[in-house]
Amino acid sequence: MDVLEIARWQFGITTVYHFLMVPLTIGLGLTVAVMQTVWHRTGNEHWLRMTKFWGKLFLINFIMGVATGIVQEFQFGMAWSEYSRYVGDVFGAPLAMEALLAFFVESTFLGLWIFGWKKLPPRIHLATIWCASLAAILSAYFILVANSWMQHPVGTELIDGRAVMTDAWAVFTNNTALVTFPHTIFGAFAVAGGFLLGISWFHLYRRRKEGIDSVDANGRVVVGEDPAKGRVRDRKDHKVWITSLRIGAVIAVVSFAGVALSGHEQAKLMFEQQPMKMAAAEAACHDGTGFSVLTLGNVSTEGATTCDDVVAVFELPGLLSYLANGDFETPVKGVNTLIPEYQEKYGSHYPDDPAFGQYAGEEISYLPVMEVTYWGFRLMITLGGLSAVAAALALWLTRKGTVPYSKWLSRLALLSIAAPFGANSAGWIFTEMGRQPFTVAPNPQMGGVDQVFMYTAASVSPTVSAGEMLFSLITLTLVYGVLLVVELVLLTRYIRGGTGSAMPELLDNEQPSDKDPSDDEGDVLAFAY
Amino acid sequence: MDWLPTLWFILIAVLWTGYLFLEGFDLGIGMQIGLGRGGEKHKRVLLNTIGPVWDGNEVWLLTAAGATFAAFPYWYASLFSALYLPLTLVLVALIFRAVAIEYRGKAESRRTRGLWDLALGWGSLVAAFGVGAMLALTTLGLPLNENGDRVGGPFAWLTWSAILGGVAVVAFSWIHSIAFLRLKTDGPIRARSGRLFVRWLPLCIAPLLLWSLVVLLGQRSAIAWGLLGLALIAVCGAWMSARSGHEARSFIALGITLLAAVAAIFVAAFPVVLPSTLDAAFDLTIDNASSSPYTLKLMSIVAAFGVPLVLAYQSWSYWVFRKRISEKHIPEDHLVTSVVK
Repeated sequence: MDVLEIARWQFGITTVYHFLMVPLTIGLGLTVAVMQTVWHRTGNEHWLRMTKFWGKLFLINFIMGVATGIVQEFQFGMAWSEYSRYVGDVFGAPLAMEALLAFFVESTFLGLWIFGWKKLPPRIHLATIWCASLAAILSAYFILVANSWMQHPVGTELIDGRAVMTDAWAVFTNNTALVTFPHTIFGAFAVAGGFLLGISWFHLYRRRKEGIDSVDANGRVVVGEDPAKGRVRDRKDHKVWITSLRIGAVIAVVSFAGVALSGHEQAKLMFEQQPMKMAAAEAACHDGTGFSVLTLGNVSTEGATTCDDVVAVFELPGLLSYLANGDFETPVKGVNTLIPEYQEKYGSHYPDDPAFGQYAGEEISYLPVMEVTYWGFRLMITLGGLSAVAAALALWLTRKGTVPYSKWLSRLALLSIAAPFGANSAGWIFTEMGRQPFTVAPNPQMGGVDQVFMYTAASVSPTVSAGEMLFSLITLTLVYGVLLVVELVLLTRYIRGGTGSAMPELLDNEQPSDKDPSDDEGDVLAFAY
Repeated sequence: MDWLPTLWFILIAVLWTGYLFLEGFDLGIGMQIGLGRGGEKHKRVLLNTIGPVWDGNEVWLLTAAGATFAAFPYWYASLFSALYLPLTLVLVALIFRAVAIEYRGKAESRRTRGLWDLALGWGSLVAAFGVGAMLALTTLGLPLNENGDRVGGPFAWLTWSAILGGVAVVAFSWIHSIAFLRLKTDGPIRARSGRLFVRWLPLCIAPLLLWSLVVLLGQRSAIAWGLLGLALIAVCGAWMSARSGHEARSFIALGITLLAAVAAIFVAAFPVVLPSTLDAAFDLTIDNASSSPYTLKLMSIVAAFGVPLVLAYQSWSYWVFRKRISEKHIPEDHLVTSVVK
């Protein structure tokens, strides 16, 4: 592997890993804020338990997102210095704004939320989780503005060989960003919905299995309690899980609708803005109107400059045109039409310039790796759709107040937590790899070679060696691997502990005293590391 | 609009100073927990003094890096790519440190907890050293060619300057965290910190002042020398007020020492942001490394609104958690037990 390939693997691994934590943070944060609000308004204890339990899992996950987010920011300068020089004037701004306007709020107010349960008046304490979770969403907006500018550069001119911002409004209201933002946020809520659903299902099933809950002749739940476990398995505990489950399922279904609608708008834009990406998503060599359900043949085209070996086995006629144009007739350009167009506009060979390293003067492959784009696109849609169907089914199956007595369904519910995560990863891999061979894709509404765009081959740091890059790739990947295991082990333990893992006071059999225990010491920590 | 790059130079210097001041005691406390002695309750007192605020403090680093990217992309690109290996280690250190703070209390056995403590200690130490080395190198120079790229291989950064800067930030963070504990704890830790502070302050502050002095050598800037003088006076003040038991006064004086010493360094370096040790013609300066006036103007408006806001709510969070902590405040651990059979 050369420096460029190692740097790309590192970027991909870091991004996909980081984006396992991010959607859960975004989706769960706001959900917990709503739970606490309902508790604040109604005073019903099961809402407090939900806030604390889901809040605990939220924090275990949040910290991993923080830790890997720093790598995201640093690696532009470390591994992609030429890219940073070229784009810094435009791309740096949303990144700096994210830190200053969003991440500061998120971190500070989460600290206040975690430690402030007894120190802040309840209203103010409630406000802190709202500030933190809304800041997470604002943070997503800034990052997506930066990413969308790479997909579709606007508000920029090429001056003295670098991209210079000329219209901030255009950059921050880039239509690519405006459709990507809801798509990503709905995707994040789909993750949170599935998470709530799967874990709550598990607990409801265990309550039935252990004989705590049962069903009557009509299939309606008969809630019981297990006094041996303190108040953790009391009647309110059932309410915690059934409420969480149904909230999760509704979030999952609604989010999928949002993901699908915003995704459709996004696809229409992408056909205009990055036609090659969408042709590669379809593995469509020739112009056509059908959406491929299954395509066989040699889809693997790494480094290829033509595309002929692919046969669509089963197509839905007209659907592709609908996705792209909103009608069923207008043909969509295939790879073989697009390659000559790209070559004519942007050249058939990389410039013979040392900035391109070993790629200087080589022929440019405008075709992304079609195996990845084709299957990534389909995996995203399939996993997203499956989890929405599962959530809708779960709503129906739990209409009588508990889950069916089935070990397999319970296992499936836990497994299905992974589906929206997979859909998110597949979507990102598709859109980032589909942009290749560019880091900054050219905006087709502008001219040819004299406009703002950048090849990936020219983006990497010129004098960082393959050895250094390999060292960091291996180190970071190992660290991510170890920490993923640690996080999963911890999450599993806290999930199995139920609400008692976030509220140890529930493990005592005594009823809660009216007196606030923190009064004794004047100021005992309500929460301590 | 000529003053915009200067403004951003000042702002980035402020962000780095803010980072060193705030995360300084977090890093020092991390080192004390991970590498020092003391029982479990003792460690938990230490950790809880920074518990609610450490993550917000770390954002100063992200903001400093992000602001450098936005305002001086050439500075950001050259510095970060030249320091590829040490920054990789800093990243790993920061990852382990963050995760250790959150997860150490969740460990089930003493052995795993011990491992997290090591991660916290070494993570803090390596992060402090790496950031110090980076700041020293950006003020004292790296072998850069005309494109701003490092020459001389992966270890070209490993110089006496880097080591001096690294040691300076490690030592400062440690002593700063001792001063912080005197304000934030009660009981034996407070008393012990008072003794440690008086004994170790001169040695711990010396590398920072030396770094400042090295940057200033050959400089005629009266302001820079004046600031260094102020740093010296402040550190003497910190030592004397600590001896007479004035905890807040010595903490503030130490803070002024940091402020003045780092300000002296940046004033002396101005307008160069990253000198090339190969040829002064390859130096990165506020003019040839900066973004366009348009971007700087946009970012200035954002900063004018954002920075005061950050200062306001971060100060508020310190106010909310102003109470001293001692071992009697630390609740018993509770181990999470599975409720499902």
